Amino acid sequence: MIEVEELKKSFGNLQVLKGMNLSIPSGQATGIVGPNGAGKTTLIKTLLGLVKPDSGTIRVMDTTLNGDWLYRKYIGYMPQVARYPENMKVHELLDFIKGLRDQEAVYEEELIDQFNLKPELNKPLRTLSGGNRQKVGATLAMMFNPEILFFDEPTAGLDPRSSHKFKQRVQSEKENGKTVIITSHIMSELEQLVDHVIFILDGKIRYYGSMQQLLDQSKEERLEAAIARMMESDDEVSA
Amino acid sequence: MKLLTHIVKNEWKSLLRGKWVIGYGLIFLLLTDSLLRFGGGGAETLLSISNVMLLFIPLVGMIYGILYIYQSKEFVELLLTQPINRRVLYWGLYLGIATPLMSAFIIGAALPLAWHNILLLDGSSAALVLGLGGILTLIFVALGFVLGLFFYDDRIKGFGFTIVIWLFLAILYDGLILLMVFAFGNYPLDRFVIIVSMLNPIDLARILVMLEFDISALMGYTGAVFNRFFGSNLGILVSGGMLAIWLALPSWIGLRVFNKKDF
Repeated sequence: MIEVEELKKSFGNLQVLKGMNLSIPSGQATGIVGPNGAGKTTLIKTLLGLVKPDSGTIRVMDTTLNGDWLYRKYIGYMPQVARYPENMKVHELLDFIKGLRDQEAVYEEELIDQFNLKPELNKPLRTLSGGNRQKVGATLAMMFNPEILFFDEPTAGLDPRSSHKFKQRVQSEKENGKTVIITSHIMSELEQLVDHVIFILDGKIRYYGSMQQLLDQSKEERLEAAIARMMESDDEVSA
Repeated sequence: MKLLTHIVKNEWKSLLRGKWVIGYGLIFLLLTDSLLRFGGGGAETLLSISNVMLLFIPLVGMIYGILYIYQSKEFVELLLTQPINRRVLYWGLYLGIATPLMSAFIIGAALPLAWHNILLLDGSSAALVLGLGGILTLIFVALGFVLGLFFYDDRIKGFGFTIVIWLFLAILYDGLILLMVFAFGNYPLDRFVIIVSMLNPIDLARILVMLEFDISALMGYTGAVFNRFFGSNLGILVSGGMLAIWLALPSWIGLRVFNKKDF
């Protein structure tokens, strides 16, 4: 359960979030789309507490965010770029994060199996390929079985097989009633994984609703075409 | 507290495996040992060690602090998304990287002092030099942290400021004071010089060393003034107190910046 009211954030003179209102109910899978620099990452970082908003309120699982940190135990986050301390071994990283979170890593074994990470566990993280590091990131995000999952461009560096495994996993998390939030530029991937879409343009929410409705409205068959059409119509208005 | 030690322990493990810190300790070991062999032990050798320490520890500490911030950006961001307090994370990371560096210097320099019997003969002076090195390490790693957090997305600027600050504090500062004293020699400048030298932790450490060894004239102008003004005991007390403030200030500023920062 995530609620956002009138969220605003500027970096210097640049207004990145210009008053966002948003309510994501539990158990919904939502894709965040929008052009580069629209404010997707800033929105996610604000929800995670990495970025502090200038004004507006955020509520996550009934906690109003104001320097709180405990609410993050409900959240698993997989960042876009996976870089870890070079000398650390994979299993040490997993143990380290387990020590930080006072939660049981219920899905640790299962995820390691699913992503074929077993042979990598004793290797230092610097020797891992980009894709394997992403899989470590996905494992860290999901192993504590959190209520809310954030994925930032999750499949960008994955090979087809891992990408397929990852999507399967996200599907099953969705079926288990998890709130899943994904940003991606790959529209076909979002079609598979989410049923609601948030389209952000220039710091504001341009569209938020179910994907089916969006497709019906725009009379397009694919999400990519529907989004592209929405961006074009915006250009015409401003022109 | 448990979280703090967990983070510190993890940093220790990472750093020791990096071997970098061990190399740093070995350099001080070799240096101290050779100085003791050639210098024949005694106060002169301790002075030489403290001279090297006053020059290099600030530079290494700052570079090390800022480099850590730049190298671990993504990792720190990942840790910030875990359910832990920013304050705990900050102290964990800071102590986790500053204390190994501090220990590397202290152990590296203390071992030769021990096997050349200086620790027994001239224990308090040796302890002072080692302790000052440790404190300077903590101060300058914190300064590196502050610079790294401040110029988070601009490494060139961050490193540039690091070098400039080091050059200024370690090398130019005493010269500038001397220049001013030379230019305004007709005015009473004692008080001014004392205040100015308290604003530089390297100068403070230098003064403490001087007062301990009672060789004020050999180590720069500010020390001579300090000695004349305060005399040994009060001087050691005042400069020690100022150094304690310096120990707290950069790490506290770092904490403030870390707490408020948008990552």
